[in-house]
Amino acid sequence: MAAKTLYDKIWDTHIAHEAEDGICLLYIDRHLVHEVTSPQAFEGLRMTGRKVRAPEKTIAVPDHNVPTTLDRLQGIENEESRIQVEALDANAREFGLVYYPVDDVRQGIVHIIGPEQGWTLPGMTIVCGDSHTATHGAFGSLAHGIGTSEVEHVLATQTLIQKKSKNMRVEITGLLRPGVTAKDITLAIIGETGTAGGTGYVIEYCGEAIRSLSMEGRMTVCNMAIEGGARAGIIAPDETTFEYCKGRPNAPSGKTWEAALNNWKTLYSDDDAHFDKVLTLKGGDIAPVVTWGTSPEDVLPITAHVPAAEDFTGGKVEAAKRSLDYMGLTAGTPLQDITIDTVFIGSCTNGRIEDLRAAAAILKGRKIKDGMRAMVVPGSGLVRAQAEEEGLADIFKEAGFEWRLAGCSMCLAMNPDQLQPGERCAATSNRNFEGRQGRGGRTHLMSPVMAAAAALTGKLTDVRTMM
Amino acid sequence: MEKFEKLTAIAAPMPLINIDTDMIIPKQFLKTIKRSGLGVSAFHEMRYDLNGDENPDFVLNNDAYRDANILIAGDNFGCGSSREHAPWALLDYGIRCVISTSFADIFFNNCFKNGILPVIVKEEQLTLLMKDAEKGSNARMVVDLENQQIETSDGEIVQFNVDPHSKHCLINGLDDISLTMEKSTSIDDFETKMAKVKPWV
Repeated sequence: MAAKTLYDKIWDTHIAHEAEDGICLLYIDRHLVHEVTSPQAFEGLRMTGRKVRAPEKTIAVPDHNVPTTLDRLQGIENEESRIQVEALDANAREFGLVYYPVDDVRQGIVHIIGPEQGWTLPGMTIVCGDSHTATHGAFGSLAHGIGTSEVEHVLATQTLIQKKSKNMRVEITGLLRPGVTAKDITLAIIGETGTAGGTGYVIEYCGEAIRSLSMEGRMTVCNMAIEGGARAGIIAPDETTFEYCKGRPNAPSGKTWEAALNNWKTLYSDDDAHFDKVLTLKGGDIAPVVTWGTSPEDVLPITAHVPAAEDFTGGKVEAAKRSLDYMGLTAGTPLQDITIDTVFIGSCTNGRIEDLRAAAAILKGRKIKDGMRAMVVPGSGLVRAQAEEEGLADIFKEAGFEWRLAGCSMCLAMNPDQLQPGERCAATSNRNFEGRQGRGGRTHLMSPVMAAAAALTGKLTDVRTMM
Repeated sequence: MEKFEKLTAIAAPMPLINIDTDMIIPKQFLKTIKRSGLGVSAFHEMRYDLNGDENPDFVLNNDAYRDANILIAGDNFGCGSSREHAPWALLDYGIRCVISTSFADIFFNNCFKNGILPVIVKEEQLTLLMKDAEKGSNARMVVDLENQQIETSDGEIVQFNVDPHSKHCLINGLDDISLTMEKSTSIDDFETKMAKVKPWV
């Protein structure tokens, strides 16, 4: 039998139908749904008289639009946001989906609650009308974002029309240095490949640095596979994965757990499996990084200087000029001289308990810079509760951070948490696009510990000097 | 879905690389529960200033390109968010074809579901088409899906590849879901088998 990659194995075991022209129907094990990319899909079902084929495998939660201030249970002020959340409420009820409404403590960002509730398990196919679905690949599942038409297709048929992607392997050898995190790994990779470097591929992350990450860290790495253009990111499951899954509300138990475990232990790339593209980075070479521009590929170590447009070639010269202008930066400026107005810790990239623990460790006993706006938005109600129990919430509040309820919040600024024109933000989220966090807002992406350090000094800061 | 056979139209040049879906349709317009009406907001932050007035430097505000139905864009068009609002906004504006050297995966798929043809060409071909588009409203480009070719206003021909299934659906305006539902027996069989093999799923 030919050697297979992990992606090949999951693909092969999910083909429900293959036509003569090679077009496959990929069976979908879990379909995650949120309020922004689903209303038109449910409307489509109603118009055609179709049902949701597998409502018990369809998990819905409002996250993008919901306010994260403590008064949100009194209702959503913005009418359009409220209508969208109400539409999801109604659709979840009408079609009988698994649902976590706004007032449920288990509510949170869809990519955080899927794993938390044990819906995400190794070897599964998982889709959602959201590009950061790649997060779930951390469990050794094939997970990727889809458009609303495909959401409707999955709702109606529990399958997706697919063509297979190519295989890419990214290996991070050795261990990370202190102050360097999963976020730095994933940004460093995108810095290396560019935002289109993964287009057409599923990336398998491997190597000692990846193996030694917690599940939270692995989710951070896979989350941003899409920022490198890849269809999905994936990490072979191991004891760390199984330990995380065990005992989760929707994970199997007893004899079924044993059977599942036996199956999951076969989920790895065979030694001589073929990868179409390979990238290897040394873990020890990765520094804490930040982005300087308006594309996630605009990555530099914190000790570097703002580049000049002329440092680039081809179409990137014009793009860099535009980025520098938008970001209000001058070539040659040390990155650590850039002053920050706002700090945002949260999102599906870095809104998990480990992220909050790491940021709190830097902030403990310290105060944020005068005049700084800083907020922590936990990824789920349960992350929030756990952080309160561990005393992290008190550390954030004493340092001067706002302590919010769960949601996507300022990552994409669909709710009231937005940047003003020209406002500069140190963010743990995933996109620094023009206007992403608010029109004219300037985003620098980084890890939670780097964001915490920036909150304290008011500038982009090398967290290693504060540890 | 509207069929796509042959399109003769004005093409607007947008040479910028990495045009992301946040640029194509910013988040404040994602709060709709409909597919239509997004055209007026397409490229909002590049197209309008903070007062809501048109930015004269933006290509679609140039009278020559207001009626463009084709976009010629820089590399990696449509990267970022999965929002199908991006092709909905383009379609609502009147764009039926986008040509670039590469597209982000999800955006590329979303186009086909909405009757928009995304065409991938080589770099030198993009340069040729970009130059043709820069001629403005006097020039018409012809995109012929059946023959998989683009003809510039000067009669130069650029051939392109397209996946046969996507081409078939686009030319005939076919709805994926009804095609898949014809295979529901296969899906039933798969589910029955998997319930035994992997009961935890």
